[in-house]
Amino acid sequence: MNKKQCTAAAKLIEILKNQGVECIFGLPGGSAIPIFDALAQSDMKLVLTRHEQGATHMADGYARSSGKVGVALVTSGPGATNTLTGIMTAMMDSVPLVVLCGQQLTTNLGLDTFQEADVSGMSYPIVKHSFLVKDPEELPSIINQAFHIAGTGRPGPVIVDLPKDVTSAYIDEDTSGEFSLPGYSIRKEGDPKAIKEAADMISSAEKPILLIGHGAVISGASREVKAIVEKMQIPVCNTLLGKGCFPESHDLNLGMPGMHGTAYANMALCESDLIISVGSRWDDRIAGSPSDFLPQAKKIHIDIDPVEINKTVKVDCAIIGDAKSVLDSLYGYLEKGNTQRWVKLIRRLKREYPLKYKKEGKLRAQHVIEEMSRLTKGEAIVTTDVGQHQMWAAQFFKTEHSRHFLSSGGAGTMGFGFPAAIGAQLANPGKTVVAVVGDGGFQMTLPELSTAVNEKLPIKILLINNNYLGMVRQWQHMFYDNRLSGVDLVGNPDFIKLASAYGCKGFRVKRSADVRKVLNAALEYNDGPCIIDAEVEKYDNVFPMVPSGAGLDKMLLSMPRKKLEKPKGGT
Amino acid sequence: MDDSQKKHNISLYVENKPGVTIRIALVFARRGYNLESFVGSPAQDPRYSRINIEATGDSKTLHLMLEQLNRLVDVIHAREYTDEDVIQKELALIKVRCDNESRTEILQISSAFKCRNVDISDTTMTFQVTGRSTKIDAVRKMLDKFGVLEVVRTGKVLIARGEEETSW
Ligand SMILES: Cc1ncc(C[n+]2csc(CCOP(=O)(O)OP(=O)(O)O)c2C)c(N)n1
Repeated sequence: MNKKQCTAAAKLIEILKNQGVECIFGLPGGSAIPIFDALAQSDMKLVLTRHEQGATHMADGYARSSGKVGVALVTSGPGATNTLTGIMTAMMDSVPLVVLCGQQLTTNLGLDTFQEADVSGMSYPIVKHSFLVKDPEELPSIINQAFHIAGTGRPGPVIVDLPKDVTSAYIDEDTSGEFSLPGYSIRKEGDPKAIKEAADMISSAEKPILLIGHGAVISGASREVKAIVEKMQIPVCNTLLGKGCFPESHDLNLGMPGMHGTAYANMALCESDLIISVGSRWDDRIAGSPSDFLPQAKKIHIDIDPVEINKTVKVDCAIIGDAKSVLDSLYGYLEKGNTQRWVKLIRRLKREYPLKYKKEGKLRAQHVIEEMSRLTKGEAIVTTDVGQHQMWAAQFFKTEHSRHFLSSGGAGTMGFGFPAAIGAQLANPGKTVVAVVGDGGFQMTLPELSTAVNEKLPIKILLINNNYLGMVRQWQHMFYDNRLSGVDLVGNPDFIKLASAYGCKGFRVKRSADVRKVLNAALEYNDGPCIIDAEVEKYDNVFPMVPSGAGLDKMLLSMPRKKLEKPKGGT
Repeated sequence: MDDSQKKHNISLYVENKPGVTIRIALVFARRGYNLESFVGSPAQDPRYSRINIEATGDSKTLHLMLEQLNRLVDVIHAREYTDEDVIQKELALIKVRCDNESRTEILQISSAFKCRNVDISDTTMTFQVTGRSTKIDAVRKMLDKFGVLEVVRTGKVLIARGEEETSW
């Protein structure tokens, strides 16, 4: 019998195609050459990045904005270790990634050979799962497993370590890709008894509030959330990653609660008698001190991951299942209650405690972001980096659709925003993509400007340039007697010249009066990426603010006169 | 008893794959939970292994860790058996100093506990003890005054009674 054979690397690319992969983000090296060689002989799109961290964030932005699994391909040793930050970022936010790492020959593993690193060993705590392929015959099955694990249940990153001799080996073209995973099961539907119990709690609540998290976005539960809100007249707040699942322009939307949430969301939570969390994990940015988080309110928790139930905040009713499916069944059990008075109070809070900022004087970050939000009418995909600008984007960029606001939540990874925008733009060629970044974080992954320019991606890089590591400066200002330490970004480049060095368009805005004009010009420029260098007030602080570790009732609406205690929370 | 000092018996049924031990150990290490013993061996079906863990710490953390263990792709099942009626055994080898004077007394003690004498020299005797961990503790305590030189214990293993399948 003479079966047709191919290299395991060629088979790998074939399986990726079967999995629906449209493009791969990566950068080669010795142990990955057989895979890149197979790529060259296929029609799979490769996006060559300038750094492996960028590759993982691009795959991440691609995945968050499309719901598909993002794929990164890197070489062994330093190539693989450069992906760890991106992998951790994806893990914290439940983003489906498959990271393919070249590896030394199987016979060289553990011998400190050139560019050999124990990638599995280094990544165990930050992956959903990982594989080391030792037998080329197993490669097809393992790649299929990797996609299945990454993309289903609570999604997450999966690493596949691919020794060079394995990818170079010849295998039968029809080598089976079947698998069984007896230890991996997903509960989609919630327990009907728990759902009924939740329905009773909601129907009889006087001041219920929905807390929509990333889980609701991931499961595509927009319609189901809306149906429940409208039937029951329940106000909604969304976590940073839950933005867009329920339109933020809606009268019953309160935006984001928590550390830098809206005052009305925090006040509403403090007043509520029932909080219904849909795919949110009571993160400490919202719960502050989870052990005494809003004791006056009962709590319902809908989550696909049993680990999250009672992990930090103790709940009164838990439903384990996929948000969309659970909400769909829940709807049927709900009986219209009376929330009229509650909704009236909510409207009043929204009116009385709006988000605000100084409109006179120097240019304000909030102004630039709010204007960009207005001009793009909720139709743009927004990515953010991490820092003050991120929180202002969360406050002022009104998001209308799921998968339209991408931000590193759990990890808070500086350097995420711009490469994530590259991934998002590639997944959504017809959409406007805006990357809101700080001058600090942007410089962590800015070499990817080459990548964006090469791919002619019309990303609007909205650089909120305050010449500081602003968020840290804010903490030092508020809690450490304004002793500024390591936050002044002296030596920042001229970002317009920098843009031009990369062949990228640059715009600068310094005056409030020019904001609309400049943003419009940037939105009209579509021949490639552009940087909008917004030189904003350097010493502005993000408010409202709940000091970390404190309850939501300790919210500060502006800088208090009296000296503040150091926050009790971790970060 | 102080809940943070509670001993827990956990039994896992896992896929026999590289890395599974580390993944399990990391769940405990991350919460700073101390493992007293960790015993693993192939199950009846060699594609799987059984692991028995004894660990000390509070029950709430343990509950979280059990969920985290069950979340691991290679773990088929993780279950706590702490206060349940299951068969639990451990084996220990105890080396004790002895001379002509003490030899008879040591042998008496060992036979009372049904220990097997597995090695004898001019100055030492080594016993094999099996049974519940408390029994091993008791033997050890009785032999202490003669001078226990070394104790090697396997760690606890457990199996469900009758028709019931362990950790399923
Ligand atoms: C990789 C990484 N390093 C450090 C931090 C800590 N950190 C959080 S926000 C921040 C400042 C960010 O500054 P910039 O990017 O200029 O944004 P701004 O806060 O000024 O808007 C820092 C250093 C982080 N989140 N990520």
